[in-house]
Amino acid sequence: MTTLGIPIPKRPIHPTGVWDWLTTIDHKKIGVLYGVTAFFLFLTGGVEALWMRVQLMGPEADFVTPEVYNQLFTMHATTMIFLGVMPMGAAFFNFLIPLQIGARDVAFPRLNAFSYWTFLAGALILKFSWFMGGAPNAGWFGYAPITGIEYNPGNGIDFWILSLQVLGIASLAAALNFIVTIINMRAPGMSLMRMPLFTWMSFVTAFLLILAFPVITVALIELMFDRFYGTNFFVTSAGANPLLWQHLFWVFGHPEVYILILPAMGIVSEILPTFSKKPLFGYPVIVLSGVVIGFMGWMVWAHHMFTVGLGPVANSVFAVTTMAIAIPTGVKIFSWIGTMWGGSISFKTPMMFAIGFIALFIIGGLSGVMHSSAASDAQQQDTYFIVAHIHYVLFGGAIFAIFGGIYYWFPKMTGKFLGEKLGQLNFWLMFIGMNVTFFPMHFLGLDGMPRRVYTYSEGMGWDYWNLVATVGSVVLALGVLVFLHNFFKTLISGEEAPGDPWDGRTLEWSIPSPPPHYNFVQIPTVSDIDDWWHRKREDDSSLAPVAGSSEDEHDIHLPDPSYWPLVTAVGLFIGAYGLLYTLNIGTFTGFPLFAIVGGSITLVGITAWSLEPVNEPDSDH
Amino acid sequence: MVDWLWSFSGSKETLGVALRTMSICTPMRKRLVGVLLIALFGMLLLACYPDNPQSTFDATGPVAQSQLDLFWMIFWAALVVFIVVEGVLVYTIIRYRRKSEDYDPPQTHGNTVLEISWTILPAIILAIVAVPTVTTIFDNANSPSLAGEPAIEVEAVGYQWWWEFKYDDPNNPGNEIVTANEMHIPVDTVVNVTLTSPNVLHSFWIPKIAGKVDVVPNNINKLWIKAEETGSFLGQCAEFCGVAHANMRFRVIVESSAEFDAWLASQDEPALEPVDPLAIEGKTIFEGNQAQCWTCHTVSGSAKAQGTVGPNLTHVGSRTHIASGIRVNDQKNLREWIADPDRVKPGNLMAATAKVYTEPTSKLTDAQVSALVRYLQGLK
Repeated sequence: MTTLGIPIPKRPIHPTGVWDWLTTIDHKKIGVLYGVTAFFLFLTGGVEALWMRVQLMGPEADFVTPEVYNQLFTMHATTMIFLGVMPMGAAFFNFLIPLQIGARDVAFPRLNAFSYWTFLAGALILKFSWFMGGAPNAGWFGYAPITGIEYNPGNGIDFWILSLQVLGIASLAAALNFIVTIINMRAPGMSLMRMPLFTWMSFVTAFLLILAFPVITVALIELMFDRFYGTNFFVTSAGANPLLWQHLFWVFGHPEVYILILPAMGIVSEILPTFSKKPLFGYPVIVLSGVVIGFMGWMVWAHHMFTVGLGPVANSVFAVTTMAIAIPTGVKIFSWIGTMWGGSISFKTPMMFAIGFIALFIIGGLSGVMHSSAASDAQQQDTYFIVAHIHYVLFGGAIFAIFGGIYYWFPKMTGKFLGEKLGQLNFWLMFIGMNVTFFPMHFLGLDGMPRRVYTYSEGMGWDYWNLVATVGSVVLALGVLVFLHNFFKTLISGEEAPGDPWDGRTLEWSIPSPPPHYNFVQIPTVSDIDDWWHRKREDDSSLAPVAGSSEDEHDIHLPDPSYWPLVTAVGLFIGAYGLLYTLNIGTFTGFPLFAIVGGSITLVGITAWSLEPVNEPDSDH
Repeated sequence: MVDWLWSFSGSKETLGVALRTMSICTPMRKRLVGVLLIALFGMLLLACYPDNPQSTFDATGPVAQSQLDLFWMIFWAALVVFIVVEGVLVYTIIRYRRKSEDYDPPQTHGNTVLEISWTILPAIILAIVAVPTVTTIFDNANSPSLAGEPAIEVEAVGYQWWWEFKYDDPNNPGNEIVTANEMHIPVDTVVNVTLTSPNVLHSFWIPKIAGKVDVVPNNINKLWIKAEETGSFLGQCAEFCGVAHANMRFRVIVESSAEFDAWLASQDEPALEPVDPLAIEGKTIFEGNQAQCWTCHTVSGSAKAQGTVGPNLTHVGSRTHIASGIRVNDQKNLREWIADPDRVKPGNLMAATAKVYTEPTSKLTDAQVSALVRYLQGLK
């Protein structure tokens, strides 16, 4: 490289402290970064929700203004979906997929670091909007034309567009990385049909990501051009049809729902067999139904648009396809119960969350079938009935699975058990709080309460259940506080966990906790689904956590850390603001300082990234 | 809070008792579950109030009734599925709870017959649900007027944040009768509603009469409704449309055919000329250059007040409510509304754009407000 004459700084070798975290390309550390960041953002989304619940606690309250309320529900949904559930899923992808398939890292470790830093950049752009003149206020769905400059002259929508575009880059890079990793880096013998279910569902999710995000990216670029450069994609006063946005949004948005729930289903499919001491019931069918859900997720988008006037033919077709998607979902639920049937079920905290997931997801699934019936949905669309439904599938579903996953893999990640008693308390508070908060919303919706209202009059009959829901949300928040307490208490004085604390079945349990940075001393050879379980039961001599020792760990070569993923992401962060802020110097106006600085940093980052050697020559591995 | 949590986790005995209560199948647990179930059932009885003004459980026309019938059918099917599946789940976790740490259960991998049946069974249930779904979709999309049933036509226009209703003028074909926020219709008659919006998305919804249909700019949507009871029915915009979305309400007033005809004829009349001095002064203010009400509002019969930005006020005094249905139309509320509209309905465009509210020098005096109230109340 030196022949080019460009001085690239050396790769950092054995950085410590903050530098270690800033330059790491270790999938496990990136997984931790994703997890901690996403959990913090999940808390901010929760605070936004609590504000709304306080406002709706009684009729005609004025705890927040209508404008702030609109910003709260927009930010709550955008945060929970893009900054909470998706990246918490990504945290598990990062930490677990290489361990589950018997690999030492992902296919492109630096790209992986870049995904995280770009995600953080997108998250900050969105969250900083609260302090930069106002958050977006048109809902996470951003229906045209209310996102247009004519109806929404503030900067909130611009922050929303830029943030989602930057987050899209992060998601696309991560998805491609995991597809390549899963296809190419499986241990010898691990055929696709021997892959752990979590890896399988992540694999399907990654395909959904690379197919869905381009759609929203195009829609957002069109909206951005409308707002900045005077195009008329969604400007109704110039004749645009606003339904174009709705189609583009939901062609992305419905697969997005499965992007949120499939990893959760994967997590549950790992926890249930371990704590039942039985293999997954109908493994091939669960895999297949996951793939079918992934395919059919593209055929149901217009069920979000049953009331926009698509006509009876379109509504009938989408009603039937939506009902059909309940079939593979049902198959999964039955197979999970079949997994527990005949087993030896232990009720440790991860299992409680997994069982809670099934119980609550059934309710969300059934209410989903209710509004798949387009005619009856005309009464439910855009009411609290839908709010109840989405929270049963996304809170009772995705979030419960994620909490279960945290309790399950925490010993693997840190070498310490999260407290079991606090875990049970955590579960029960969240389970009760969740039902008290969201079940009454079914009643509110059927009693005619629309969504996205900052206030309601007395005498509508909505006071009682709104109060109950608000009380429930406090219980829910207490549950989350108990988790935080448990988390910090465990870090300070948690019980040490061995390599295989739950009598696990998959490869991640065959190595010590926390795993060494190279994961496997020797790449295992796989001969079964649940390979580790079979090895433990069939051959007592291989019970030792580290399989084989013929290879000296000093001979394991992993790439060194790198500065450039972070630098490239910082450039994107600064550059994104370039669209909004320009400099006026004397008579020369509109100088795009941020765009030029940010763009240059990104260019330097990418160039240096591509020129730096895999390892420093003097690095010891 | 954090202190409390620390102390809670510290007192292991309390926590132990609490957890034992939660663990499966102790007598205390059974009693607790019993009490909870009774409490839950009592709460569920409270849940469905058909009397609530926007309850979908009290359908008063064929469209809402068909949607409610469909809802109940799917609800009962879903309830059966719910009880069976959750029942099996609870049974499974109780029966197969761990009794010994050393026991490895048989490692069964599947059961083809079972797997095929639990794929087909839901498919059959869904097929049964799909048939009435599709027929109801078509029934509700095709107005009976297509089959020759007599119908009246109304255009509903969604504005930020109020509704305009337009009727064909029976005495003067080609002319329109325009009113706002209160839609009168005759009982037992098909009404074809055409939905348009010159601004953002809205959704037209009168829960007791018909499920919602969105109002989409540059698209003309239609729905048909029929009410089988007289009375006043609440409706509300159901698609997020901006800052005052929550306050974009309206009423459908269902009356006998004769009452409806009389109402329509009265709406066709020009506005009543004010007679008492205060009301006359109110008219002068309304049409004057300080208040400039006339630039946005129409009062039919007035040469000046022909604005179409805000609601038509020709017969505003005859309406039951003001401010798109959120306040009763009485002297006190009208006064508050005219004096400070932003306080009554935050974000409304009159408060945001009219000079009398944006420029302190043009502010209306109390006396001027009184005169305007008297004038508007007289516009019966």
